[in-house]
Parts: sequence; structure tokens; C-alpha cells
Amino acid sequence: MRADIKIKVCMGPSGIATGGADVIEAFKNEINSIGKKAIIEERCSLHQVGCLGFCAKDVLVEVVVDGKKTIYEYVKPGMVSRIVKEHILEGNPVTEWIAGEEYYNFHKKQIKVVLSNCGEIDPEDINAYLAVGGYEAARMALTLMSPEEIVEVVKSSNLRGRGGAGFPTGLKWDLSLKIKSDVKYVICNGDEGDPGAFMDRSVMEGDPHSVIEGMIICAKAIGSHQGYIYVRAEYPLAVKRLQIAINQCYEAGLLGENILGTGFDFDLKIYQGAGAFVCGEATALMRSIEGKRGMPTPKLWRSAEKGLWEKPTVLNNVETFANIPRIILKGADWYSSLGTERSGGTKVFALTGKMKNAGLIEVPLGITLREIIYDIGGGIENGRAFKAVQTGGPSGGCIPAELLDIEVDYESLALVGSIMGSGGMVVLDETDCMVDIAKFFLEFTQAESCGKCIPCRVGTKRMLEILNRITVGNAKEGDIELLEELGQDIKVTSLCGLGLTAPNPVLSTIRYFRNEYEAHIKDKKCPAAVCKDLITFSILEEFCNGCGACKRACPADAIIGKRKKIHKIDPEPCIKCGTCFDVCKFNAIMKM
Amino acid sequence: MVTLTIDGKKVTVRKLSTVLDAARKLNIPIPTLCHHPELSPYGGCRLCIIEIKDLARPVTACTTFAREGMEVITTSPYLEKLRKTTLELLLSDHPNDCMVCERAGDCTLQELAYFYDIRENRFVGEKRPFIKKDENPFVERAMEKCILCGQCVRVCDEIQGVGAIDFAYRGLKTKICPPFEKDLDCEFCGQCVAVCPTGALTGKMWAQKGRQQDVRTVDTVCPYCGCGCNISLHVRRNEVIRVSSKEDTINEGWLCAKGRFGYEFIHNSDRLTKPLIRISPKEGFEFSSQSPSFNPPPGKGGNGGVRSSPLTPHNSRFKEVSWDEAFDYIAKRLKEIKDSYGPDSIGGLSSARCTNEENFLFQKFIRAVIGTNNVDHCARY
Amino acid sequence: MEEVLEKILTTYRKEEGNIISILQYLEETFGYIPENAVNWFSKKLVIPASRFYGIATFYAQFHIKPPGKNIIIVCSGTACHVKGSDRLISGLKREFNLPEGEDTTADRKFTIERVACVGTCGMSPVALINKQVYGKMTANKLIKEIKILKGKKTGR
Repeated sequence: MRADIKIKVCMGPSGIATGGADVIEAFKNEINSIGKKAIIEERCSLHQVGCLGFCAKDVLVEVVVDGKKTIYEYVKPGMVSRIVKEHILEGNPVTEWIAGEEYYNFHKKQIKVVLSNCGEIDPEDINAYLAVGGYEAARMALTLMSPEEIVEVVKSSNLRGRGGAGFPTGLKWDLSLKIKSDVKYVICNGDEGDPGAFMDRSVMEGDPHSVIEGMIICAKAIGSHQGYIYVRAEYPLAVKRLQIAINQCYEAGLLGENILGTGFDFDLKIYQGAGAFVCGEATALMRSIEGKRGMPTPKLWRSAEKGLWEKPTVLNNVETFANIPRIILKGADWYSSLGTERSGGTKVFALTGKMKNAGLIEVPLGITLREIIYDIGGGIENGRAFKAVQTGGPSGGCIPAELLDIEVDYESLALVGSIMGSGGMVVLDETDCMVDIAKFFLEFTQAESCGKCIPCRVGTKRMLEILNRITVGNAKEGDIELLEELGQDIKVTSLCGLGLTAPNPVLSTIRYFRNEYEAHIKDKKCPAAVCKDLITFSILEEFCNGCGACKRACPADAIIGKRKKIHKIDPEPCIKCGTCFDVCKFNAIMKM
Repeated sequence: MVTLTIDGKKVTVRKLSTVLDAARKLNIPIPTLCHHPELSPYGGCRLCIIEIKDLARPVTACTTFAREGMEVITTSPYLEKLRKTTLELLLSDHPNDCMVCERAGDCTLQELAYFYDIRENRFVGEKRPFIKKDENPFVERAMEKCILCGQCVRVCDEIQGVGAIDFAYRGLKTKICPPFEKDLDCEFCGQCVAVCPTGALTGKMWAQKGRQQDVRTVDTVCPYCGCGCNISLHVRRNEVIRVSSKEDTINEGWLCAKGRFGYEFIHNSDRLTKPLIRISPKEGFEFSSQSPSFNPPPGKGGNGGVRSSPLTPHNSRFKEVSWDEAFDYIAKRLKEIKDSYGPDSIGGLSSARCTNEENFLFQKFIRAVIGTNNVDHCARY
Repeated sequence: MEEVLEKILTTYRKEEGNIISILQYLEETFGYIPENAVNWFSKKLVIPASRFYGIATFYAQFHIKPPGKNIIIVCSGTACHVKGSDRLISGLKREFNLPEGEDTTADRKFTIERVACVGTCGMSPVALINKQVYGKMTANKLIKEIKILKGKKTGR
């Protein structure tokens, strides 16, 4: 039998959690027992929510017979024998298990550039990458193009830094190219620290060679012979995959001395972060590579002039580098035509929160938020109402429903008080309290502040304390104004990007959801029933059937009631943990 | 050289000067807490923010190079408001116990609070707790007063080359401490104390000796070694209560442990203030070269581990005399020795503690008056 | 111990590492950063120990105190937060009777840690018990897992 049967099983974390390993095992046994040859592989490995992008339907299995793809959703080991028997042996796909309309809608408006290889090729095999045209762009850049030509292509592609700030990549390279120095560095920033973001991780784990290729091209463009990839400590698989890829490149003559016989040298090394969000900031990241505390340093010089070890340095984000080979191959015009006038290309987003279809998506810049959330994301889960979408993680802001039709690009997001950021997109519904969300993000930045400058070190703490007062009902008139004043000042006086953007979640929620803040302060109520100190739990008698699930689950023994009789919550011992609310199957617990 | 305009005034400075340098040259005051001219720029206190024409956001003067044609504004209601917020934040995490603070009247933070008229603070909240006291002998480390300007860390690393302290932790928990938060154990040069702009670092021996009122400073030269560092004695009621050094001196204001903390001898009761002439061994002491079991009497000073002889001060009786009597006695004895044994039987050792003039005179005396070249000095002639 | 440290030093020299990589080796080997190891490296490399301490306390990856035998990590990323990761933490703290500010049980069997985001937001809220990922967690499910661990009476 020809080896034209491919079975790809999603082994992302949710794939694993839903039994992906058992599914693989079942396929192996089944295929062996019928004596056929087939390629069975893990489509996305431990991490990748991003693979097929659609882990809500795991375990996803892709079966390719004679080039025809079929995707099954919710696959359990017990379903395997039927798939093998009917589909592989008899050629009749098991229609009732095939992924439905939602799966296709999820992909309809996406354009995969950076993610085009993710989940398609084996990230640990350089030949797989070569087979899809990998390192063709590097070959072109090294053999046919001058540094100036490369920079010109990148410039006219309109590619802007995908790390969040959106600095034009071509301009950055141009600055560095023009500086004369024997030693220059290329750094790839893989310190993806925003909570709720896993774009770069997916690229590093799913298509590490594209990042390396982008870096080789950059090295050639600016005349650098040493590169570093800085990966955060929490991504061990990304480190492993990148290391494998780097080793393969050295073997294939794509890294090291005299690359592809062109006389160009470039060495690449991985640095592992050690767990500090602020190291995503360029100067802090460089200090970290130098083996110091990751405290941002004042920008007397641009990184292009004096960066790592005081040498000219170009630092770009993972996604930015991964775009480069495609731009070189397909041309600047093609890339810039994908986006808007001011920002070319596509952007990867990690769509999470209260979505029906959470996952990793790649869309052309200029798409509207509404399209992303409703067409791709399938709208809000459990039929609840949309409240806001948070973009840009702890540096970004919340965008309310009335602004859903804005186009996604750097400028328009900034205009509404948020930022593009690295691509985290968290959707919030009516059960989310905006004060609590603002507090959550500020808690994060406050804890991650490096402590160097006063506005960020003390200012974010004071803002957090005011927010705490608000959420426990101790706030006073004027606290909202104080938050705004302080937030505005911190946004001006802080030393680095972390502090300069830290007030954004607070300021944007005040801007669009001021009434929620006021409700907390004036009425001592949390409209979304989230803030513990402002809510009480009670049992709705008409729904309670006395099953006792809440009583058993209550950690504080605050629920009283005999079996089969209506239960009651004693507010005195109740610690408002919400466990009863979670376990009640009859919606009999009310919080307000 | 570049020429720029600051608050409407033109100034020309060397290339790679910062805007702060340029403003200082014009004598325009810009508040700073973390800046020190001898240390690397830090940019942490954010007080020296300035506005530059065509820049969207204020920047810090200490970390911005002066550029040709730059137009700088150092003060405006907006800038002063931002500075005030930053100061309020700083003071919201400070004990504000100036009433009992050693550095009151000599504290940059206190001065700024005064100039910005911060009576009430809009921000109140958690302060950093520091319970453990540092038990080292010299440096009082009241870290709850620390504003994390990092000058002590930089001076210890960049000037002293020791690195006894560094930043630890991050965010509001950031503190400056020795490794593993042990007691400070270093060479105690006290440079950190000298640069600290607040009362966080002070000399242990300064405590309750007097603050700025009634303090007179007397500039002099450190008596310890040949370096001849310029020092300033802080004198209150005729007592030296502190030693510091000014920045515009040969030693640029830096001192070592001896110069900074070794001034207690000045008022020590054991210090000799009048000439003494030895008259006889102490009563009951019999000189015998066969008395190896002799133990030097306990007491201050000791005799440097030298085996005791009737000639060591501890075992002798002395007579207090006037300077005239002393000089006559010295002249008489030197003459006698020179006459009996020749000038080369005499040698002279002077000290780096003396001034150049004194040392010059001393070698002149030995060479010209005594007539020998047997003369030396711990820092060499 | 000396031998282990020598080995780390050799690798460090070979890889042209920095203080952070030394600390990463120490953390990997000992589970925390022992003071005497820092002093040893400080002497060998003539780098002040204060620098090691400053770095070790700056980065979340390093522990100054030895952690418990079992490490439970609760993700507090955005997605996990909106899906109730706080409840997991408070549930665990109640289960272990941990006082405020303490993250390791008195018998050194369990340590609770919070991390910003483990990047598996699709299955939030997420907890990791000894590096094993558990998705769609509730406080009760988590405590059940812990009771199993307690039953085993051994750590890793």
C-alpha cells in the first residue's frame, strides 16, 4: 500500500487533556492490526492551542487519504476503529463525526502567513520545512540581494513590529545598517509575557525554522554575525524545538561559517529568560542576556547604535521575523496589500475568554473586531451578552461593544485607548466586572514592575490600592478622578514601556465603563456580581431540590438544610468562594 | 561642541553632554535624586523631566544628550505637577519622621518636599516594612527611608569596585541589601553614606551628636595616609561629630573607612596633648632580659606586639613638660648622641600624616642640622 | 557538593554563560539557590555575591528557600482569571491552612505558586501539579488530586 494515508492527531495541551495520547495509541493499534502503512503524527504538540487553532473541539484528527483532507472533531479512542474501517479501508468518511460548519467558519476569514506552516509540517524536521520552500528566501537574500535591497523590500512591505509598539521594521533595519561596526547583534524577542498570549509560542514551537530564517535574512541585511533568541523560561518546548532547528541548520550549513557557500557567517544562540515580564522590554532584555537584573536602562542611545554589550543591535519579535521569509519570497507588494495603508500584512491573535471558538487566529490588518469576534470566534459562549474585548494584555485597554466596528491596526486601537500589543485578545461578557479586570491587569504589572522608577514602582501600587478600595466598598468620592490623574501622570513619567502603559487597562475601563466604577463606590454594588465583598450568595427556593451538592462542596460549612429539603446559606460563615454556584446543577444559587 | 537653548538661554557644551549637564552649566536648577555626576546615569527618580520642542512626551534631562539646536524647557506648571506627583508617591512610601531623622536639614528629599510644599499627600498606602536592623559597626542602614535611587549601589560598584550591596527583589518589594540580606560586611569606606540623598544611610557614630544647626565645617587634610584626601570636619560645640569630603577636591569627595569614620581619636581621653619626658621605669618593675614571661599591661593601645622593655611607655614613668622644655631636652640629647657616636648614628622617620611642608622641614633638619641621610617616611621621600 | 559546582562551572565556561545561566543550573540541580553555592561561585568568578542575590530575587524562576516536595502551579493568566483561578488559589490555601504570605506548607510537602500565563488559555483555568498540566480545573477537582498525592506520601 502506498504511504499516502496521513493521520494527524492534535496533541496540544487540550488535545492531551481530552485524551489525545489514547487516540494516537488507538490509531497505531488499529492500523497495525489491519497491516496497512500510514503516517501517524502528532499534529500539534504539547502547547499548541494554535495548531489547528481550535482546541475547543479537541481531540481533532485530520485524516488525509490521497490528498483529501478530512477533519474529525471530538475524537475518542472508541471512535478510532470505525474511522479506520470505514474511512481508510473503505474510503467513506464517517460523516457524522466530521468537523461541522463552525470549524470552517473559524478558518474562513483568516489568512495564514506566519501560521501557514504551523500544524502542517513537523517542526522538528528541517526537511519538512525545506519541502515547503523553506530557506529559499534566505538563499535569495544571501546570494542575490544586497543589504540595501533587503532593507528596501522590508520597508516597502509596510511590516511593523509585531511585539506591539509597531515600529516599522524596515526603518529599524535601515538605522542599524547605516551604523558602522565590526560587531552587530540580531536578537529575537521570544519573551512573550502578556497573560493570555501564546502567538509567539505557537510559532516557535510550530515553525521554528521560519524564525531562524528571518533572523538570517536580518543578519545579512544589517551585517551581523551573531544572533540570540531570547525565550522565556516558561516555554521549555519552544527552547527544545528551536535548539533542534538550530542544530539542523548548522548541519545543513545554514548557520555558522560560510553559509550556503556565500562567505557569510552567522551564529545563533538561545538565551533562556528566567521569569520576568519586564524582560520583554528591549533594554531589559539586553541586560538580561548580559546576565544582569532585567532593569530597563535609560535610552541615551538607540539600540541600533548601542544595544547589547554596547554594540548596534536589532531586536525584533518572533512574529516579525517569521514574516520576513514570506515577504522576501512573495514580495513586498503582496504583503502590504494584505493589510491597510499604514500597516501591512497579517497579525496573529490569541483569541481567548468568553468566546465560543477560542484559539489562535491570523487575520489581515484592517479586519474589524466584530468580524474577529463574531465570524471567526463564533460569538459569546453560553448565550451571554458581549461586554468588551481586551487587547494588548496588561499594556492595552478594553474596547466596548459600540466600538466593535473599528478596524484593527496600530493607530485605530491606540485612538480608542488600547494598543495592538503582541496579540492577546480576551473577550469579556456581562458576567465580567470591569473594575475587577482593571485590577487584575494592574496587579500583574504592579508585581512585574522592576522597581527602578518611582511612578511605576509606587504609582501602580497606589492605583491598585485605590482599585482594591473600590472593589471592597471602601472607596470615597473622588477616587475615580484620583485614579485618572495618577494614571495620566504615570503614563508620562515612567521609565519604560511597562510603566508607560500600565495605567491603560484602568484608564480605558474608566473611559468606557465609568458607571460600573460609580456603582461600586456609590451604591456599594458590583453590577456583574464578581467583587466578593459587594455580593451575597443566596439560594432560590423555587429551584432548590435539596440535592445537597452545594452543602457537600461548601468549604466553610455555611450551607444548612436537610436532604431533599430546601437549603439555605448562612451569610455569617460564608466566605463567598462561589463553589456552591459552580456545583449547583439547577441554577438555584443566586449571587448579587 | 553643541549649542542648545534651555529656558530661552543659549549654552554651549561638549558633545555627549547631557541636557542636565548643560542646565547645571547655566545654573538652572533641575531637581534630581538619583543623579550623581561621577556615576553612570540611572534615570530612576524621574524628577529631572524636561520638555523638548517637537518631542511628544517629557524626557529625563539626565539621560538625554544635548543636541545642536535643541530647545529645552525645564519648568512649566505641567512639569512641576508631574514632579509633585512623583514626590508625593515617593513620600507615600517613606516614614516622614524628619523630626528625629539624622539627616534633617541635610536631606535632598526633605528639601524637595519643602520646595514643592507637600503638606498633605493624595496617596496613602502600604509602606515597605524593614524590621531587621543591620548590626554592622559603622553604617546605619534605615532602609525604610531608602528611595532606591541606587547611588549607593553604583558608588560601591563603579567607584569602590566592591559590590557589597545590590538591588534585590523587584516592584514595591525592591530593596538594596548585602547578599542574602545579611549584615553589611565590607570595607566600610562609607561612600554609600556619602552619596545617600536621604537619611537611609548614616554613620552609626553620628547618632544624636547633632544635626545641621550650630555645625561649623572646618576644611582640612586627612591625617591618615599619604593620599592627603581633603576632608571637612563637622564641628559642634568644639567637638568633631562627622567627617565628610567635598566633591570639588582632589579626591572628588571620596574617602575610605579611616578618613570617614576614624576620627574618634580626636576627642579620645588617652590622646597625648602635652609633651612627656620619660624619667624612670615604673615602680616595682625590674629590667631583666631574662623575664620572657612579662605580660604587657592591659589597656588601650597596647604596644604593637613588641615585647615589653623598661623603655616602652607602659612601663615608664613620665613627666609632663612645656614645649620649650621638651625642645631643649631633644636638642640636648641629639647633640650628645651626635657628638659621641657621629651623625649616622641618628635616623629620622617622619609620617605621611604630616603635611608636605612639615616633611620637607623634617628631612632638611635631619640632613642639614644632624648631618645624615638616614631619613625616611612611610610614604617615601 | 563541590563536585557538582565544579561541573556547573565547567559547563558555564564552555557555553560562555552568564550569572543567570549559573543560577539556572543551580535551580535545576538543587531546586533553589543555596547560599554557600553562591558564595563558592562568587569567589571562583570574582563576582560579588550581592549580584547573584540581586538576580536570583529578581527573576521569578529562582527560589531562595527550598520549595516543598510537590509544586502546584496555578495559572493566573487573563483567561484563567476570568474563569476563576482565584478560587483555585483560595481553595488550596484553605486546604493547606496556609497563612497569608506563605506559599509552602509547614511540612514542606507542598508549595503553591502562581504564574502569569502558561500559554494554555484554551483550557482555562489551568493548574500544574508537578509539571503535569490539568485543564478546566475547579477547586474541588484540584483538592482531589492533591489528596491522591497526600495518600501516596511521597513526592516526586
